[in-house]
Amino acid sequence: MPPTDERSNRSEPSSEPRSELSTFASVRRLHPYVRTALPRLAAGLAASLGASLMALAIPRVLQWVTDGPLTAGARDHDWSGLAWSVALVAVLGAGEAGLILLRRTLVMFPGTRVEAAMRMSLFRHLQDLPVSFHDRWPGGQLLSRIMGDLGLLRRWLVFGIIQLVVSIVTIVVGVGLLVATGGWLGIIFLCGAIPVTVLAFRFSRRYRKISRLSQDQSGDLATTVEESVHGIRVLKAFGRGPDALDQFTEQAAELRETEIRKATTDAGLTTALRVIPEVTQAVALVVGAYLVAQGDMTLGALVAFFTTTAVINGPVVDLGMTLSMTLNARTAVDRFFEVMDTVNPLTDPERPARPEPVTPGRGGATGGHVAFRDVTFRYDDAARPVLRHVDLELPPGTTTALVGLTGSGKSTLAMLAPRLFDVTVGRVEVDGVDVRDLTRTQVRERVAVAFEDPTLFSASVRDNVLLGVSDDLPDAERETLLAESLEIAQAHFVADLPDGADTRIGEEGMSLSGGQRQRLALARAIAARPRVLVLDDPLSALDVTTEEAVTARLRDVLAATTTLVIAHRPSTVALADRVAVLQDGRVTAVGTHQELLASDPHYRHIISSLTSEPTPSPTSQEALS
Amino acid sequence: MTATTDQPTRHRPTDAATDDATLLGKEASRAVRRRSMRLLGDLLRPHTKALAWAALLVVASTLGQVAGPWLVAVAIDRAVPALADGSGTPLALTGAGYLAAAVLGGVAAGAYVRAAARIAQAVLLDLRRRVFRQTQRLSLEFHESYTSGRIISRQTSDLEALRELLDGGLTGVVSSLLLMVFTFAGLALLDWRSGVVLAVAFVPAWLLTRWFQRMSQRYYREQRTASARLIVKFVETMTGMRAVQAFRRQPTTEAEYGRLGEDYRDANLQIFGVNGRFQPGLILIGNLTVVAALAVGGWRVLDGALEVGVLAAVLLYCKRFFQPVQQLGMFYNAFQSATAALEKVSGLLAEEPTVVEPARPLPLPGGRARGELRLDHVRFQYGDGPVVLPDLDLTIPAGQTVAVVGTTGAGKSTVAKLVTRFYDASAGAVRLDGVDVRDLASADLRRAVVMVTQEAYLFSGSVRENIALGRPDATQAEIEAAARAVGAHEFVLEMPDGYDTDVNKRGGRVSAGQRQLLSFARAFLADPAVLVLDEATSSLDMPGERLVQRGLQTLLADRTAIIIAHRLSTVAIADRVLVMEHGRVVEDGTPEELVAGEGRYARLHAAWRDSLV
Ligand SMILES: Nc1ncnc2c1ncn2[C@@H]1O[C@H](COP(=O)(O)OP(=O)(O)OP(=O)(O)O)[C@@H](O)[C@H]1O
Ligand SMILES: Nc1ncnc2c1ncn2[C@@H]1O[C@H](COP(=O)(O)OP(=O)(O)OP(=O)(O)O)[C@@H](O)[C@H]1O
Ligand SMILES: [Mg+2]
Ligand SMILES: [Mg+2]
Repeated sequence: MPPTDERSNRSEPSSEPRSELSTFASVRRLHPYVRTALPRLAAGLAASLGASLMALAIPRVLQWVTDGPLTAGARDHDWSGLAWSVALVAVLGAGEAGLILLRRTLVMFPGTRVEAAMRMSLFRHLQDLPVSFHDRWPGGQLLSRIMGDLGLLRRWLVFGIIQLVVSIVTIVVGVGLLVATGGWLGIIFLCGAIPVTVLAFRFSRRYRKISRLSQDQSGDLATTVEESVHGIRVLKAFGRGPDALDQFTEQAAELRETEIRKATTDAGLTTALRVIPEVTQAVALVVGAYLVAQGDMTLGALVAFFTTTAVINGPVVDLGMTLSMTLNARTAVDRFFEVMDTVNPLTDPERPARPEPVTPGRGGATGGHVAFRDVTFRYDDAARPVLRHVDLELPPGTTTALVGLTGSGKSTLAMLAPRLFDVTVGRVEVDGVDVRDLTRTQVRERVAVAFEDPTLFSASVRDNVLLGVSDDLPDAERETLLAESLEIAQAHFVADLPDGADTRIGEEGMSLSGGQRQRLALARAIAARPRVLVLDDPLSALDVTTEEAVTARLRDVLAATTTLVIAHRPSTVALADRVAVLQDGRVTAVGTHQELLASDPHYRHIISSLTSEPTPSPTSQEALS
Repeated sequence: MTATTDQPTRHRPTDAATDDATLLGKEASRAVRRRSMRLLGDLLRPHTKALAWAALLVVASTLGQVAGPWLVAVAIDRAVPALADGSGTPLALTGAGYLAAAVLGGVAAGAYVRAAARIAQAVLLDLRRRVFRQTQRLSLEFHESYTSGRIISRQTSDLEALRELLDGGLTGVVSSLLLMVFTFAGLALLDWRSGVVLAVAFVPAWLLTRWFQRMSQRYYREQRTASARLIVKFVETMTGMRAVQAFRRQPTTEAEYGRLGEDYRDANLQIFGVNGRFQPGLILIGNLTVVAALAVGGWRVLDGALEVGVLAAVLLYCKRFFQPVQQLGMFYNAFQSATAALEKVSGLLAEEPTVVEPARPLPLPGGRARGELRLDHVRFQYGDGPVVLPDLDLTIPAGQTVAVVGTTGAGKSTVAKLVTRFYDASAGAVRLDGVDVRDLASADLRRAVVMVTQEAYLFSGSVRENIALGRPDATQAEIEAAARAVGAHEFVLEMPDGYDTDVNKRGGRVSAGQRQLLSFARAFLADPAVLVLDEATSSLDMPGERLVQRGLQTLLADRTAIIIAHRLSTVAIADRVLVMEHGRVVEDGTPEELVAGEGRYARLHAAWRDSLV
């Protein structure tokens, strides 16, 4: 099998912008999310423009009052003129404030709602994506997308987009006005606009790259933080805190450099946006003064020209800030869609098969029937398949032990049954139906797993154990289920916890002992009352006595459930009716413990505790060849 | 030797619930705010010079901006008539002045952006490091309830709020204030009555600001808490994704996440709402002041008490006075947001570890650890939970290999965690070579005592990096030797890039047994005087375990070791066996003695032999 065929469509976090869409095209992908918000955004824009107009009108009115009624009326005490103008300014002033209030109110709902909707759809998609995706994507990268990037987007929707439009409109109208009425001066000003536009585009290209880099780097930084907390026991045990700090500092310093580079780019644009228009204005001033002196231009026209440029200067300077905000938002959109566009290779079928419904409750029900047929499995980034043409049948109600060396692929095989991974070739059947013809929920209702790492949550014991139990079940029944599964897993210690089953067990269950965690994970799988139970080395952290007690109780329960139990010790094998030996990616032998002991040298090698090697191990021979 | 005879007072670490509280009492609220301001001051202090420089740049850039219109006026008033008279010099001068002001202002503006970013980034780096160091310093007890998600939220979204304040112009405020002060002074000098009108406007502005402060403080606190909860939920769901999917929890987690998302959205809405009233409120006050100035001034003009020209100037001043107000409002908003975030961060930083570094550490006798361990009537309980170890009295001579067995939950790992000082004894003392571990510098202790924890955690990164964690300066040959000694070399070579292969998040790319082998290799590399192995081979196959055993025999020849194991096969190489039950050592002796006896171990051993084949 060529090792590269599937790599091409693997999506991995990368710092290179994947798509070369224009900013507009990129942002347009937001359409489905912002569609309902568009009317409000448009109204907000209108309010914003209205407020700007009122703001512009106030000085005009003031000028008119001082020049008109007051100058003229000072002699004949024209009170009404004053009263009118006071009223007018009051109305305009209140109108400006009111329109700004309106704008704020209009955009705040859509802004936050769009963010929340996008966050939920990303979360939903992440929950849908298979385990293999999550193995590959660092946690911090996902976190920085769902929090940081979406936050950026919210702020852009609430402030940035309107400001961008208002700035551009003001500038275009202002420049149009200048060109139309300013004559030579307008043309001079327009000449200044050319380098500004060119620079703005150049800036956008550069800034986008840096902004992408910075957002990726902050994701990586979050990953480091996450790992430094999750792995804190290891760091403490080896006294590596200071080294971790050094490494973190290095990474944080890199981010700082990127941010400073970003600011430097930004500073360049800011300088240009300030200097270029002002320089053209300096030229315009000299030329204008000359024209006035020549009599080719009126003084009023010159004044009008500079009054207009004063109005444009503000938005031009703001444009730098708004542009970088927009580009950051664009990067956020790209990063968001990078995950959203990851296609899920492990989906539910269009028309799922309809096997007989699962009867909850163990009483009387027989276990499911699982069959691995010619299963080959290769991890995406591995050169060789882990499992090759595996054939294994788990008849209803039987318990099969899966035995093999470390890294032989036992857990991999086990994860195929609840369809956490899909086979590369071949098929896995539950009750005679290919698992790919069932929805994932259907499969997982039938198959429950106790993982080799307990994978607990920082919730109460109850919530952890009843994880696979429907919330719709009556409370009494849930309690019975809880008590029963804790009893089977010999988790009597729960009663001695400070709050019993309501005790919160710390992040990943870390305030429990290793064996206690493992028994909760076991109880959790039992509480789900599956037809098929997959137990991945479920007794490894238990002492001999407890192991015996669990084994004895489990055997009763397992009588009615089809079970695949992965085992490293004879004591765990004792749970099973029969044993399957996994060697070199194949099931090489199936039989009872005694049979295999007698007939299979590899099985003897794995399971026998005799310190002297019985026969030279076949694997070590292979390793040599 | 025992400097710590008096028991240090035990701090209770903050739990998530206290950390999430948003409605604080008046006193508490003031206290956290003070703490947060102190932190801000602390962070900014080293940058006073840079801040002053940035402020100067802002002033220069503002002057450049103001100079433009003034020069235009000069040109119109003086240069144009002069030009008409045939003298081009005034025009040339004003033109050159305009050019200079433009370049100077623009360059200053750009330089300010850079300077502000430099300060902001330096402060952020400083704070990030502080939080990271604090995270590493804090005890496990703290981490169990605080959770990684909350720390991540401190390091990411809370810091983001601070960054917005710093970027958004901590110094921009300087120019605004300066401008306002100058404008007010100008106005008061021009016409003191109008100055009074303006001064009166301060009253509603002040009231509005107080209102904003009160409301936004509360809502920003809510926002920080909601955001932290959202992050915690997200991190936990993603970390436990296998279990979530296998147990079909997606709809429930989605509903819970959605609820937290709504809380966050509500908090954001509240803030937008408050802010969306504050800003227009300020504008309204400004506009109405202009109206008042116009009314009062106009009345006086009509009365003949005021020149029209003066009124025009007064109105101009009033209008200008309120222009920077918006910027100030924005700044104040960012400031409120950042202080709420800093409240959380400073809370984390104020946390005292329950396991403290000694103020004056003692050296180990002879400078190097020999590895003698003594647990002197140790009593231990986790926090205020039940007593796990009632009274443990134990001496392990240097060089001895001790196996600890016992039922699950007996307290074996707890002993290991006391010896490695993950926790401190509630009473009694743990001594290494006669020195209380509480008096040892953490670097010395960690060099001497190393533990392979029960949970084999691998960091994302290459195999090499993961093994080298045992000793960062190890050479490739040493790393390979360690991997060989535990039997990991072969499978590492089979991975696509050998020792450079990325093991992925939490070592997801390798099998459980392989993870344990790699963790083990770390310990081989670390070469400590005391090695503690907590179930380090529980997920290994038996041939693999035998291989490790053989490696251990040579490794442990001359060092102290505590081996915790359920598989009695591991115990074979021990000089001494301890059987623990409910936090007590119930049997203690050589393996041979105990097997020959009648006790628990003899029974365990018999049962174990029976289970073997
Ligand atoms: N996500 C992955 N990507 C690539 N290779 C993997 C991945 N997970 C596991 N492997 C490799 O596949 C092989 C089988 O792994 P698996 O976890 O199934 O072993 P196992 O039989 O369960 O071993 P153990 O007894 O140690 O638990 C190992 O060599 C491992 O390195
Ligand atoms: N961090 C913690 N916070 C509170 N209680 C704890 C914590 N860690 C362990 N305990 C409790 O202390 C007792 C002893 O735990 P310990 O981990 O020492 O057991 P152990 O002997 O190592 O068991 P195992 O063989 O299962 O690993 C248990 O009852 C456990 O619930
Ligand atoms: Mg496994
Ligand atoms: Mg333990």
